[in-house]
Amino acid sequence: MSVILETRGLTKNFGGLVAVDDVSFALQKGELLALIGPNGAGKSTCFNMLMGQLPPTSGEVYLDGDRITGLGPRQIWRLGVGRTFQITATYASMTVVENVQMALLSHNGEIFRVLPFAHRMYRDQALALLDMVGMAAQADRHCAVLAYGDLKRMELAIALAHEPKLLLMDEPTAGMAPRERVALMELTARIVAEQGVSVLFTEHDMDVVFGHAHRIMVLNRGALIAEGNAAEIRANPLVQEVYLGGGTVFGGAETTDA
Amino acid sequence: MEFFVAQILTGLANASSLFLVACGLSLIFGVTRIVNFAHGSLYMLGAYIGLTLMEALPGHFGFWGSILLAGIAVGLIGVVIEMLVLRPVYRAPELFQLVATFGVILVIQDLALLIWGPEDQLGPRAPGLRGVFRIMGEPIPKYDIVLLIITPFIALALWWMMTRTRLGVLVRAATQDREMVGALGVNQAWLFTGVFALGSALAGLGGALQLPKGGADLLMDFTILTPVFVVVVIGGMGSLPGAYLAAIIISVLNVFGVTYIPQSTLVLMFIVMIVVLMIRPYGLFGREEVAGEHGQVGEPEEPIKPASAKVRAIVAAGLAMLALLPLYGGNFALVLTTDILIFCLFAASLHFLLGLGGMVSFGHAAYYGGGAYVAALLVTWTETPMELAFLLAPLGAGLIAIVVGWVCLRLTGVYFAMLTLAFAQLLWSLVWQWQEVTGGDDGQVNIWPADWLNDNTVYFYFALIFSVGGILTLRHLAHSPFGYALRAARDSKRQAEATGIDTRRVQLLAFTFAGFMGGLAGALFVFSKGSVFPNELEIVRSFDALIVVFLGGVKTLAGGVVGAGFFKGVEDVLTRFEYWRLVMGLLIIFVVVVAPEGIVGSLRRAWRRFGPGHSQADTATEERRT
Ligand SMILES: Nc1ncnc2c1ncn2[C@@H]1O[C@H](COP(=O)(O)OP(=O)(O)OP(=O)(O)O)[C@@H](O)[C@H]1O
Ligand SMILES: [Mg+2]
Repeated sequence: MSVILETRGLTKNFGGLVAVDDVSFALQKGELLALIGPNGAGKSTCFNMLMGQLPPTSGEVYLDGDRITGLGPRQIWRLGVGRTFQITATYASMTVVENVQMALLSHNGEIFRVLPFAHRMYRDQALALLDMVGMAAQADRHCAVLAYGDLKRMELAIALAHEPKLLLMDEPTAGMAPRERVALMELTARIVAEQGVSVLFTEHDMDVVFGHAHRIMVLNRGALIAEGNAAEIRANPLVQEVYLGGGTVFGGAETTDA
Repeated sequence: MEFFVAQILTGLANASSLFLVACGLSLIFGVTRIVNFAHGSLYMLGAYIGLTLMEALPGHFGFWGSILLAGIAVGLIGVVIEMLVLRPVYRAPELFQLVATFGVILVIQDLALLIWGPEDQLGPRAPGLRGVFRIMGEPIPKYDIVLLIITPFIALALWWMMTRTRLGVLVRAATQDREMVGALGVNQAWLFTGVFALGSALAGLGGALQLPKGGADLLMDFTILTPVFVVVVIGGMGSLPGAYLAAIIISVLNVFGVTYIPQSTLVLMFIVMIVVLMIRPYGLFGREEVAGEHGQVGEPEEPIKPASAKVRAIVAAGLAMLALLPLYGGNFALVLTTDILIFCLFAASLHFLLGLGGMVSFGHAAYYGGGAYVAALLVTWTETPMELAFLLAPLGAGLIAIVVGWVCLRLTGVYFAMLTLAFAQLLWSLVWQWQEVTGGDDGQVNIWPADWLNDNTVYFYFALIFSVGGILTLRHLAHSPFGYALRAARDSKRQAEATGIDTRRVQLLAFTFAGFMGGLAGALFVFSKGSVFPNELEIVRSFDALIVVFLGGVKTLAGGVVGAGFFKGVEDVLTRFEYWRLVMGLLIIFVVVVAPEGIVGSLRRAWRRFGPGHSQADTATEERRT
């Protein structure tokens, strides 16, 4: 397997606070990699640096062997990276399908066209994407009235619109009912398997993490403290200590989302 | 050196009332997030009330007592305004409240005229402080020295109140985080009323305190408004030390400006503001604003769809009626309708920016007046044929817009709005003071259309084609990918950028195009009137458009045009009466209170509730939009 995403010594300081501290890891092609850690560990900050929303204080990011440190989110997206947000970012004044159409319009470089009617463009493709995440029935609803879990699924459809090779998902199942969570992760696993997309995701629900991730990394106070498969992570004393020193947390109880 | 010191002292004395008024505005904004346009009116009331009291109360005690009482009285007026006008609209879309405060301006203008008459009033001298002190040989009015000494004490007292008292703690908490106040178990409504009263009292105090220097007149509400906004923005919205420092900077600068470069005093202030905001986008002591705090908050806008066949038919019928106007309307109707059409285009161009783009511009007159001046100057100085000047005008306005937009788009929210205002004022002061080229106050005259257009009926058709064409173009743009991208940038910059949309470029293009369309309206205007004066670039003109867009409904596609048509028509009827401002102000306040979503928005809601097909909950979203 080859490496699709790699970071070397990724660090972010906010004033005196070291939010991400010398993080180095590699994501293989076709891998479903989880990044876990308690609230405030620096997971989202890490994502923001990978996607170019935040410039790192130091360290490098490589995509497919090319250095992408310092590129903006637009450029990184064009290189084939999609992401979803911990707090959903959607176009509240549009319908569900229009939200997805926007990404398709952008992907096809038609953002600056002024003559055609946008709501007719790439509609079928958008509907197919929505169908994939199980949202086809709600395609023409106003996205502002959706339940939070549905918004998350819509965001996934948006992130998949340009057929990315790498998907970054920040707490994809936050705000969903347990059954929905499992369904969404199964869907993600299927996409990974079928389309060869590589996924890096953060999650607080340990069921989801241990059930689906191929590999798990644990972040604490900005630093990576452990890495391995589910069994290794469960057995790791450092990780147990971080999660309040007991096996209980891993027994299926879930931490609430931030 | 002596002269230098004297200048600084005069500047410091002038800073006094500027600081008080700015401080009040800043306080109100910090807590309630209301941009109170009526603040200058409260200042004016303070002056008039103070004057009346001083006539009645003699001596030292009478003079200083009157100033205090004027402050208290204006504070009470503030309470009335807050409770009657603002309280009902706190939940309305953000910035909608400023429309209400604009209504208050009009009402107060006419009330002041009714009560105190149209003549400018001279302020009385402060008893015992009639002469001058000699400082290093330079004469400085005694009153100036007193002002200059007491202002730091007032500032300290306010500062003490903000940092050491419970009210202060609450105010600061609310400035930082409005939700927190609720969590502290404080009645938010009363906190807002209290703060509004305090802010108003400070404005009143400022007005009364400057009486011996400036007296009272009916224009002082707008005269003070601009420097006050500049001070508040430079200092940082909501910051007290910022307001103090900025008031001093602006006042001292102004005194020096008058002495050394009298031609450019007006320009100076805005240049300082622009420079400060370029370096510190949130003012000297301001705090970064939370994204979306001022753009799209409250209920999200509904999805849009192109008009249905039925609506198109109705609009086409309406346009046909309009096109036949020369057959059944007189000359007067033709001229009036031409005016309305031009204004509708102007409003539609702002609505495009404001509604679809979420970019609140307080200075849209820059492009309207700018377009008019471009055409007029071309005709005057290069004898450009009218047709060519008419086409170049919107291009000129677009050019202005691209520059202004490029600078302003670094900022967001209220700072963006203020910077657009600053640029509009900059342009206005340029036109006003660069007399040799622009004619200054005398404007540009004899700018008539080409011979084939020099007839009211023909020009009506000309205006009809360009206005309606422009409005339909703007409307179509809303449905195009570009219009969608513009809404995307407004709704979620984060998502848009993460899916490859260059939001800054999209917004800059939209800003430019809105300027272009504003310029087209300006060009139509100048050739319909044959002249243009600096007032087409004034704040008032920008506000006109802003008000009708809000009153029509920001979150609807037709809002701008409907609002413009309605209010221009009403204005035409009302201006025939003496106290039309009073009626217009009350009408604006009325619309704001009963129809917080604007005319179109509220009609749509009513239609949903009472019209056909209201039973299903979801029809609401599926229905076609106006
Ligand atoms: N823009 C910022 N400025 C200052 N500090 C920040 C900023 N963004 C994040 N932080 C801080 O950096 C640390 C890491 O935050 P981050 O959001 O990355 O954590 P997280 O692991 O995603 O947590 P959660 O599970 O709650 O989402 C936190 O202490 C946070 O307060
Ligand atoms: Mg996070």
